Amino acid sequence: MHTNEGLVTAAYVVAAVLFILALGGLSNQEKAKRAIWYGIIGMTLAVAATVSAAGGQTVLISLMVILGGIGGWFVANRVQMTQMPELVAGFHSLVGLAAVFIGINADLEMGAALAAREAGTADQLAGFAATIAAKSAVELSILKVELFLGILIGAITFTGSIIAYGKLAGRLSSAALTLPGRHALNLAALVACFFLGYLYLGGAGLWTMLLVTLISGAIGCHLILAIGGADMPVVVSMLNSYSGWAAAAIGFTLGNDLLIVTGALVGSSGAILSYIMCKGMNRSFVSVILGGWGGETQAASTVEGEMIEAKADAVAQAVQDADSVIIVPGYGMAVAQAQGSVSELTKRLRAQGKTVRFAIHPVAGRLPGHMNVLLAEAKVPYDIVLEMEEINDDFPETDVVIIIGANDIVNPAAQDDPGSPIAGMPVLEVWKSRHVFVCKRGRGTGYSGIENPLFFKENTRMFYGDAKASMDDLLRELD
Amino acid sequence: MRIGAPKETAQGEARVALTPESAERLQKLGYDCLVESGAGAAASITDAAYEAAGVKIVDTAAELWSDADVIVKVREPSADEVEAAPDGKTLISFIWPAANEALLEKLKEKNMSVLAMDMVPRISRAQKMDALSSMANIAGYRAVVEAGNNFGRFFMGQMTAAGKVPPARVLVVGAGVAGLAAIGTSVSLGAITMAFDVRPEVSEQIESMGAEFVFLDFEEEQTDGAETGGYAAPSSPEFREKQLEKFRELAPEVDIVITTALIPNRPAPELWTADMVAAMKPGSVVVDLAAERGGNCSLTQADEKLVTDNGVTIIGYTDFPSRMATQSSNLYATNIRHMLDDLTPEKDGSPVIDMEDDVIRGALVTHQGEVTWPPPPPKVKAIAAAAPKKKEVEESAEEKAARELAEMKKSLNRTGLLLAVGGALCLALGAVAPPSFMQHFIVFVLSVFIGFHVIWGVAHSLHTPLMAITNAISSIIIVGALLQIVSGSLLVMLLAALSVLMASVNIFGGFLVTRRMLAMFQRS
Repeated sequence: MHTNEGLVTAAYVVAAVLFILALGGLSNQEKAKRAIWYGIIGMTLAVAATVSAAGGQTVLISLMVILGGIGGWFVANRVQMTQMPELVAGFHSLVGLAAVFIGINADLEMGAALAAREAGTADQLAGFAATIAAKSAVELSILKVELFLGILIGAITFTGSIIAYGKLAGRLSSAALTLPGRHALNLAALVACFFLGYLYLGGAGLWTMLLVTLISGAIGCHLILAIGGADMPVVVSMLNSYSGWAAAAIGFTLGNDLLIVTGALVGSSGAILSYIMCKGMNRSFVSVILGGWGGETQAASTVEGEMIEAKADAVAQAVQDADSVIIVPGYGMAVAQAQGSVSELTKRLRAQGKTVRFAIHPVAGRLPGHMNVLLAEAKVPYDIVLEMEEINDDFPETDVVIIIGANDIVNPAAQDDPGSPIAGMPVLEVWKSRHVFVCKRGRGTGYSGIENPLFFKENTRMFYGDAKASMDDLLRELD
Repeated sequence: MRIGAPKETAQGEARVALTPESAERLQKLGYDCLVESGAGAAASITDAAYEAAGVKIVDTAAELWSDADVIVKVREPSADEVEAAPDGKTLISFIWPAANEALLEKLKEKNMSVLAMDMVPRISRAQKMDALSSMANIAGYRAVVEAGNNFGRFFMGQMTAAGKVPPARVLVVGAGVAGLAAIGTSVSLGAITMAFDVRPEVSEQIESMGAEFVFLDFEEEQTDGAETGGYAAPSSPEFREKQLEKFRELAPEVDIVITTALIPNRPAPELWTADMVAAMKPGSVVVDLAAERGGNCSLTQADEKLVTDNGVTIIGYTDFPSRMATQSSNLYATNIRHMLDDLTPEKDGSPVIDMEDDVIRGALVTHQGEVTWPPPPPKVKAIAAAAPKKKEVEESAEEKAARELAEMKKSLNRTGLLLAVGGALCLALGAVAPPSFMQHFIVFVLSVFIGFHVIWGVAHSLHTPLMAITNAISSIIIVGALLQIVSGSLLVMLLAALSVLMASVNIFGGFLVTRRMLAMFQRS
């Protein structure tokens, strides 16, 4: 048994190293393809080692893994690249729920182990229960704290992810739900949770934990419901982070270092992504999490002027005459599934010797890096897809900018209008180019409901219509 | 009114100031056009061609001078011409007033209004009548052609079955209009072209023409070209020394030297000295476009082609534009036409001399019995002053050290605070927590640190795959479920089994999706 344990630990160490390599490998596209194998091997190793160490129930485990595997394979292959944000959010909810289950299990096991210790039959216990039976009183209290945290974070992740999924999939309204006194509500719920946790520590039974699950589940719901659609990239990465912390908390509960290491890796990864997203929008993390656009902004100045419409032939004419074109994609491109047509347009223009590039704002889309993935799917070469900082200085020398389903990320009000809700957010300075064409479904103000003075500028023309249909029209005109 | 172009009297001058095309346009301005018989012959323009364009052919120069009200010419009038000219005519021609003050006096005595084409100010509006530029352009082109004519090799390097031909190396000194035209011609013939100019702001123009700017390592407040109307100014003796040193270094390497350096109203600076010529390879060619003003090369003889003892050909022709008379007549006549265009705002065939107009006032050298040269400075500067180059404020070593120290202190303060708070928390935890917990805690903290460092390195475009893969990896929670599934309790087993199921979905789904995404990224 002892040699076995050593082997298991060794396998865990290797798995942890492999996970680190897997994440580190994402530093560039070429290495990334290898990195994923590190992750897969690490996971296989960890699971195999654990199963062999725990012993028994192999049939049940195999059955569950195979079922889960088929389910995962099915989902992964069916999902559209544009649905990636929902998928990621959905997956997070599974991790959260698993963390809750494992936490509750741990409590049940603890009860069983303690009872066995009383009865003097602790020797017969297997797996996790055996570990618990060997613990001292202080260790048990710590265990309870960890367990409480695991359940709390797990439940928030679970319900939060489900809400995020609903919003991203369009099954729930993306508008921020603002209940009166919502901050107080959240705070009260959180206090209640901690009070229940305190009771639990004092010896109260499983019911406290079940209650915590319910309350924190409600917190998760309410928290994400209160966050507007435009903040979704932050939310998804934040939930990603939470799922990591939940795993780490469970790792503490079970005394399993691999879980701790991996949970910490995932947790910090999500935290950094959230930070990057917040910086991209020039908002503090706290204000995003507390939901909605900050309440007390000055009245935004009204926009004067007129939106001028352009038809596909005018756009085609301008594009034909241009030497350099920059395409700015946004969520609208994803919704309309226009990336294939955009890629075709790019290919056509590049064949004519024009410089075509893509400008990607850090928060374009509903997920960090969302646009890159869509463009990659449509086989747009990644070396012409540039980040905001790389390309922002090039707009003055650009002949034509085509904006496809993006709004806030090209809003000049962020720079010009201190009263604007997005004042100070870094934006793509498209209006400095010679011609701007905005491909947009209708005259509305878009996801975040903020007026965009870009649409009224003299060098801007509105190209109304569904993004994909518009791009196809444009391609026909270019023939 | 009538505009007349006499035949040029200067020796070897083949150009003519009026062409059939310009005559047609002038007639639209309301003028009648006259030309002396045979005036265009040297530029391959026959009298018949003029007649076809509605120009009246006049037999003698005297007849033309008396019939026409406005005389257009290329070269400044000779003493005899002025002597024979009737009073009160308007003359448009090259005059070179700085060199020909005696001529100005005579023109004044004849009560002529004279517009000097060489005095047209260099402002954007006047570019269409800038005859100096159009002639310099031709001279620059022709200089390369003349050089090629006297140079025994190809300009372009070639690898042939009969052996390898090295490319010619051409040095152009002075990158004004003529210099740039020479650079363009030389580059397009395939020679390796270098160019030098004292005005640092033209280095960009030189490079844009495809030549290499000869960089001079010299620190000096150089006069901005804008101050002098876009022309070069004399340079300091130290600068000149440095410049000659550089040329001496280049002399043995170059095959063709074309010098175009002129400073307004001064003799041409001597830039290519006898010892540089001596250092050149036999068969090399020097074309001196400044020969008329004494030459940039000390050995140059104006209007001569000579070969030195070491076999270097020095060309000092002064009539490059005239050697391409058809082309230069066309351009010059167009410049003259534009000038008359500006002089005739009403398009009624009578010229108006507007003293308020910068261009006309600048070109006007005598008017109403007065010498009006030199003109007052134009109201508009020729070219915008180059924005002074931003100097990076170089910090001294002490300043840098001080700044770094301050920055370090600041970051240390912050790190210190964080460390203090974190340390206190750890201590508080350590005081109550058992050692077994602390062991795990170490692992946890270290992992967070590793996580932070690793994730900062992830490319922005890979953030979505990163989330998918961290999502898959966070299913490591399956390990916890696997440990619990062996429990005797049915409920525990059930919950654990469900956890395994969910985690498995996540593992497979997460990794597969990540793979799908990564497989799509491709380079163009």
